[in-house]
Amino acid sequence: MSDARNSILTKLRRTRDSHPLTPPVSDFAPIEAKRWAEEERLPRIRRLMEAVHTEFLDATEADWPAVLREFLAREGVGSLVYAPATEAGTRLVEGWGTGSTALIPYDRPLDDLKPQLFDTIEAGLTTTRGAIAETGSLILWPTVEEPRTLSLVPHIHIALLRADALYDTFLQAMREQGWAQAMPTNVLLVSGPSKTADIEQTLAYGVHGPKRLVVLVVHP
Amino acid sequence: MDGNAPDFAAASRTALADPQLRGNFRRAMDGLMSKRAAQFADAGEWTGVRALAASVRLRALSKLPELLETLEENCTRNGITVHWAATTAEANAIALDILHRVDAKLVVKGKSMVTEEMHLNAVLEKDGIEVLESDLGEYIVQLDGTMPSHIIMPAIHLNTKQIAHLFKRKIKDAESREDAAYLTDLARRVLRAKFQAADVGMSGVNAAVAETGTLCLIENEGNGRMCTTVPPVHIAFMGLEKVVEKLEDVPPVISLLPRSATGQPITTYVNMISGPRRPGEKDGPREVHLVILDNGRSSIYADPELRDTLRCIRCGACMNHCPVYTKVGGHAYEAPYPGPIGKILVPQIEGLEKRGAMPHACTMCNACVEICPVKIPIVEIMGRLRVEAVKPSGAVKDGGAKASRTEAMVWSGWAAMNASPTAYRVATLAMSKLGNAAPSSLPMLREWTNVRTKPRFAGRTLHDLTRAKGVPDV
Repeated sequence: MSDARNSILTKLRRTRDSHPLTPPVSDFAPIEAKRWAEEERLPRIRRLMEAVHTEFLDATEADWPAVLREFLAREGVGSLVYAPATEAGTRLVEGWGTGSTALIPYDRPLDDLKPQLFDTIEAGLTTTRGAIAETGSLILWPTVEEPRTLSLVPHIHIALLRADALYDTFLQAMREQGWAQAMPTNVLLVSGPSKTADIEQTLAYGVHGPKRLVVLVVHP
Repeated sequence: MDGNAPDFAAASRTALADPQLRGNFRRAMDGLMSKRAAQFADAGEWTGVRALAASVRLRALSKLPELLETLEENCTRNGITVHWAATTAEANAIALDILHRVDAKLVVKGKSMVTEEMHLNAVLEKDGIEVLESDLGEYIVQLDGTMPSHIIMPAIHLNTKQIAHLFKRKIKDAESREDAAYLTDLARRVLRAKFQAADVGMSGVNAAVAETGTLCLIENEGNGRMCTTVPPVHIAFMGLEKVVEKLEDVPPVISLLPRSATGQPITTYVNMISGPRRPGEKDGPREVHLVILDNGRSSIYADPELRDTLRCIRCGACMNHCPVYTKVGGHAYEAPYPGPIGKILVPQIEGLEKRGAMPHACTMCNACVEICPVKIPIVEIMGRLRVEAVKPSGAVKDGGAKASRTEAMVWSGWAAMNASPTAYRVATLAMSKLGNAAPSSLPMLREWTNVRTKPRFAGRTLHDLTRAKGVPDV
């Protein structure tokens, strides 16, 4: 197939060089101009995400595990999968006490957890690297400790969001966090629970990914 | 449809006679247009971001060969295996090779227009591999045994009632309920079992970032994430124009694509993939493959005017705003890409012999050009393709396929008549006296009078009338 590669590239180069194209300068100012005052960002994120059925809980650094425990008990959620090797995972276990929801550590490869993850586990907990005010989007940055499927397979995804990690735009977040220098295997923007309008444009939630997205805002 | 040449005129007559279909499209397109308009209420913002997105695409095209090499280099460094395919047959062979090597029995697919171009599903099924579309709309269309009728909303031609009947017929234990929430949940149950069991997941690519070797996919349902995360192997397919230079070039494209497509500020998921599962990671595919397809794109690229076709980010807004598409629907085009972008892209890929009718299925109203988020001069390219069909420059496959001696004679007669005052006077006088006697079945005239009354020539020419009013001839 390297024949295809060389013939494609040779043809592109030859025809481009005989008709070079001078592109206009890329002016990012229209995106850079999108700014919100610090106190406006969280309410905006909340409004945009609630409009697409995202739920919000407020907590502090000290009480978020308890707030989560009470929420899950109230909603009758039987099991929560979490990332045991993360700081949040440690805090969760420490602050859990005697919850009615079973905590299940994501401590082995997906291959060994698949049936449980798809068939029985009801909720998954992840951290975020902040949120974006323009579009109401969470930044998910899966790692060795915090797998991708935590936020994908269980019916309920709970995302911890630090109220002091808010950005104006996608562009600002990737610049300030230096994404281009260190992209992980997978980065995600998540702006609500899974949804579709493929049946006669009728909006329906929970088609393949989580049916519910709960943002647990941790205020400083 | 590959055996028979597509006949747009016949297919559109059938579509126009179907009030159910026309109603489904009219409602959907009206909704999409007003939702899009609400997203771009700030004209200054639209103008600025649109200019930026167009510049991103043009810059990528200006460095296309270099960026594809950088993309390959960085993907390879990230552990993604890059394959190149000149034709759809080569791309299918690459896919089959990988599937045979891993002994795949079941493939789940996220939305990919390139694989529609390849007719990949038919190829896999012929090989005995089960392949399942997982985007809800694509799943519906696959169950129905038809083709997508819109690139963003594949099943937009069907209403809830029709889909409920289809599910009842095709899915075990389905209840007969005309309820979108019930039907969606039913599909969820069927497909979740398949995501779990699949050997290979396939997807398209919305943008591939050369700088970082990253594949960006956007979607609302989560099926794209499922296909690219759960199965042990992921194969992504992209047209070679889908590359962008920098990671920073992604936000402008992502800012305009969902707003233009469906009028939502952003899709539920923006999924950026930069490689297979790394050591220590607990999930993600162990192999990621990227298939870069040409299929005529390098020929489109060769022509400085036609090259603009490759700016497209596949939002489908041009369809939503096209008066022809809205009336006849997506199936009448019998092509992977319908609507305005299809009318310029498909004839260039498949040739003017087979697709010469497509550039004529346009009123040149310019609605698509006004809303195109990357400013593709669609109507100019449409005009160029009409010319190529009769006066080939060699730039387009099967140029000259629609050339007709009669038409050429009529036009050269027309030119001669308008170039000489005497000839013009004689001809217009003749038409005013004898034109009404000409039968409406004359060649060329027939095309018009088929569906319209033949206009009557006035008894006196315009020159004659103005002269009578005292306006002197020049």
